[in-house]
Amino acid sequence: MSATVFGSQVKRREDPRFITGRGRYTDDVQLPGMLYAAILRSPHAHARIASIDTSKAAQLPGVVRVYTGADLQDRMGTIPTAWLPPESDIKTVAHPALAVDTVRYVGDGVAMVVATDRYTARDALDQIHVRYEVLQAVAEQELAMAPGAPQLHADAPNNIAFHWKVGNATDEVFAQAEVVVRHRIRQQRLVPNPMEPRASAAQYDPSTGELTVWVTSQNPHIHRFILSGVLGVPEHKLRVVATDVGGGFGAKIAVYPDEALVGFAARDLGRPVKWTEDRREHFLATTHGRDQVEDIELAGTRDGTLTAIRVKALANMGAYLSTAAPGVPTILFGLIVPGPYQIPYAGADVYGVFTNTTPTDAYRGAGRPEATYLLERMVDLFAREIGMDPVEVRRKNLIPKDAFPYHNAMGLEYDSGDYHRALNRALEMAGYADFRARQQQLRAAGRYVGVGCTTYVEICGLGPSQVAGAVGFQGGLWESSTVRVHPSGKVTVFTGASPHGQGEETTFAQIVASKLHIPVEDIEVIHGDTARIAMGWGTYGSRTTPVGGSALAVATDRVIEKAKKIAAHMLEVSEADVEFVDGSFQAKGAPQRRASFQDVTLQAYLAWNLPAGVEPGLEASAFYDPANFTYSFGTHLCMVEVDAETGDVTIDRYIAVDDCGRVINPMIAEGQVHGGIVQGIGQALYEGAVYDDQAQLLTGTWMDYAMPKARFFPNFETAFTETPSPHNPLGVKGIGETGTIAATPTVVNAVLDALAPFGVREIPMPLTPQRVWQAIQNGREAE
Amino acid sequence: MIPSAFTYERVHTVDEALASLAANPEAKLIAGGHSLLPLMKMRLAAPAALVDIQAIRNLHGVREVDGQVVIGALTTHAEISAHPVVRSLLPALAEAAAQIGDLQVRNRGTIGGNLAHADPSSDLPAVALAYNATLRGLSPAGEFALPADGFFLGPLTTAMPEGAVLTEIAFDVPPAGTQSVYQKVPHPASGYAVVGVAAVIGTDENGCFNYVRIGVTGAGDVAYRAVAAEAALMGQPPTDEAIQAAAGHAAEDGVMGEDLYASADYRAHLVQVHTARAIRRALP
Ligand SMILES: Cc1cc2nc3c(=O)[nH]c(=O)nc-3n(C[C@H](O)[C@H](O)[C@H](O)COP(=O)(O)OP(=O)(O)OC[C@H]3O[C@@H](n4cnc5c(N)ncnc54)[C@H](O)[C@@H]3O)c2cc1C
Repeated sequence: MSATVFGSQVKRREDPRFITGRGRYTDDVQLPGMLYAAILRSPHAHARIASIDTSKAAQLPGVVRVYTGADLQDRMGTIPTAWLPPESDIKTVAHPALAVDTVRYVGDGVAMVVATDRYTARDALDQIHVRYEVLQAVAEQELAMAPGAPQLHADAPNNIAFHWKVGNATDEVFAQAEVVVRHRIRQQRLVPNPMEPRASAAQYDPSTGELTVWVTSQNPHIHRFILSGVLGVPEHKLRVVATDVGGGFGAKIAVYPDEALVGFAARDLGRPVKWTEDRREHFLATTHGRDQVEDIELAGTRDGTLTAIRVKALANMGAYLSTAAPGVPTILFGLIVPGPYQIPYAGADVYGVFTNTTPTDAYRGAGRPEATYLLERMVDLFAREIGMDPVEVRRKNLIPKDAFPYHNAMGLEYDSGDYHRALNRALEMAGYADFRARQQQLRAAGRYVGVGCTTYVEICGLGPSQVAGAVGFQGGLWESSTVRVHPSGKVTVFTGASPHGQGEETTFAQIVASKLHIPVEDIEVIHGDTARIAMGWGTYGSRTTPVGGSALAVATDRVIEKAKKIAAHMLEVSEADVEFVDGSFQAKGAPQRRASFQDVTLQAYLAWNLPAGVEPGLEASAFYDPANFTYSFGTHLCMVEVDAETGDVTIDRYIAVDDCGRVINPMIAEGQVHGGIVQGIGQALYEGAVYDDQAQLLTGTWMDYAMPKARFFPNFETAFTETPSPHNPLGVKGIGETGTIAATPTVVNAVLDALAPFGVREIPMPLTPQRVWQAIQNGREAE
Repeated sequence: MIPSAFTYERVHTVDEALASLAANPEAKLIAGGHSLLPLMKMRLAAPAALVDIQAIRNLHGVREVDGQVVIGALTTHAEISAHPVVRSLLPALAEAAAQIGDLQVRNRGTIGGNLAHADPSSDLPAVALAYNATLRGLSPAGEFALPADGFFLGPLTTAMPEGAVLTEIAFDVPPAGTQSVYQKVPHPASGYAVVGVAAVIGTDENGCFNYVRIGVTGAGDVAYRAVAAEAALMGQPPTDEAIQAAAGHAAEDGVMGEDLYASADYRAHLVQVHTARAIRRALP
């Protein structure tokens, strides 16, 4: 591969389109005769629908149709769940697209208006009169499991959606341990906030019976698969388009009732229909993330060796099981609980619980941030308990580089790593030893600075399809790619992955450019349209480059292989004697006998003189199923200062050393790290969805739900180490989620380190100034 | 985020504005729109008619008259924070205006709208109180001139007569030698003030405090003057102990509010801490 393209900072080719308003987002779809939908959402967290009167709304000029749940229940299917963890007794409760007799969360769809314009549709919502019989509601998982709690679904007693266990940690292991630290952690609920809200548009062609659905999706083929079932439109008559998607962070994996409703209405009314949520609706009706209560035990010896970890977790699933939701607090969480350390015993015991809240699902990191957070918090508490520097505890327990492939206690095989290298690099960048000395001096002067260190490993590159099946994911996790070389040597690449802001239109072009020795400009990357790409599984789980990129590498190699055959024939040498050097095919030992790539691509299509048995054309596909997951890792360090008078936390420095295998584009990788860190710190310091005891969402707008802002942060200091994955053709691992995974515990541990003089062991996230201040007050009083 | 239907009218004089308001009790004035439109989009407000006053020329701009700085109600936060007269004579106002929302908000939002709206978390009420501002305008009953002290009655409630137009705000230029600052704790989500303290401070030749006016916003339902703290500081030497002791009274004149982000106790604490910090910053 040419070192200049693979590994270089090619500017993001998609950005000019995005930043000049030329993106092709779902809401940009404008079709003749288009109608607009608006959805009436329940104001109550739990209620029986006694009656719905839509007559006034239906009479409003411009209103074309009003649908209720009762109208639709026999005409379309319910919204399914697509991840069923095995041996978990999972209850796949019915989730109608519009509530039929019961609403189960504030935001649950009750009726849909379709009108000639957005304004009329919105006004009509106010004219629908619903009589609710309000029921007791419950927002918290612990309360929902308690006796006497309101019951959400008749077929899920005690609101238990599933119960899943994994691991080898026994009571005995803990009973015999020299040191055990126990702690309770609450992962607050977060609201993913991509810049583009969710939207859907649909058009039905009665002459062909084809339904096209544009939707803000991270995985249009999964959308097609599920919508086909829900709507009863056969897959070959259903096209799903998600060309430009303005961020997802997991919230655009799920198939929601809304896009099914839009598709239904377009076919029913024979006119195109569009729906775009507003931000208020987004807070209520787009999946939330995290929300777990965890009781953790970590065992070890006084010399700092970790021996066992286990967690009991209660995961709040919300009112229904969203598409991928059950996999998040189970497979993506439990299996990685022992993290990057040699811990022989580990266990996870997880309940998924229904509550009267917005359904939860994947949110950047999905399960892995939860696991990393609890582990890294516990390691710090353990270090404090035995009086050892937390970095030394980490150094002592990290899996050494000669132990790979390494099998963790849950059975995962970590592919490769050099964890100590990343740790050392980060410590060096931070000047860790000096910091500790300075911390002592500052404390004496009444200033509270602290440092947090996270060493993490992440499951990336989802994943081997056989494993997907074994863990109950109702799909494959391979990826497809087609490389179509045109007669002039220009290339169109089709990928089943579905980038939505990450930059693969650039990095995928770099992969191909470096193999074919052609300029990046000669390559177009096509994604997000089921009519143009046969099949694919989309973008999430840091899979796009390790799986989709690998599919692309394999397909490109196949193109080269065929081109070589043609070149050999053209050069009149045997195929074994042809080599592809710097963009030319040449005879070994006689480089003057050569044919350029373009000479060969042209001949492939002219087909005037092809070798026997070689078909015309130059195009190859690959369906790449990875042999294993990939395991990115790294060390993040953060230094904070706490204003003890107000509780304000200032982040002085943030250092990230990540290893995602080989880096295709350092600038894009760094961008992913930056965004991830910001989101991770968002959880640590700012964000948190709050429900009241009637399960009303109190943080339903950007006026009260604090998104992280650029001005909250210092410049991040980032670096990469490169430990290639041994099992994929590019040696890549995945970088999209590492920042989110590492940043949260890094910052929280830094704050707790700063407050160590006050004996503070826990501050619930987000660490708002008031909570920090309160913790200091409590610490002072205890003294 | 689609508001209910409304009619729209642009007026060019204050009289036209008054006439339009008188003609339609459901009408509301709109200036920068950055407080009103968010409410309308959430359908928390649904005026049947909007009367746009932006085109009234003489309500824009900053002038200096007889020991006062007079600012037209339609002057934007951006204009105010950049204005040389404001920056030199009313630095706390410039400082506060520069910290409002974001660039777009500062380019649209107006001082008149900000004060007339009386959002309890707005920045400018604290400054108006500290500088002893007078709010002038026209109502169907004629001209009015109301001191900032007593203007803010409660959340979104002022002493302004019904159907009135606020035309200008006159700030007393504080005595020579005084310093003024604005100290803000912004809410991490909205950017509004969790607590905002404006302080105008003067000291005599011995360094003792001889001029103190402190306005507090954000802490409760309504902005207030921290009279108890002002009194406690007057005549005191500029020592840490004196400042700390006086600032300890800064929450006494207000009723602390409570929300998800900050409890009443914590808010009271913030008022005290930031009053002390404001005074220290304002020391020569
Ligand atoms: C994202 C965002 C962040 C913000 N952050 C802050 C902040 O940090 N600090 C802060 O102080 N403010 C903040 N604001 C509010 C901003 O300052 C508003 O612009 C201001 O409060 C209102 O001014 P306006 O000209 O936009 O008024 P409008 O929204 O046009 O009007 C507000 C109200 O005042 C009435 N009104 C307006 N002008 C007059 C007049 N001349 N006479 C009589 N009545 C009148 C209107 O009828 C209406 O009821 C923020 C706003 C937004 C959208």
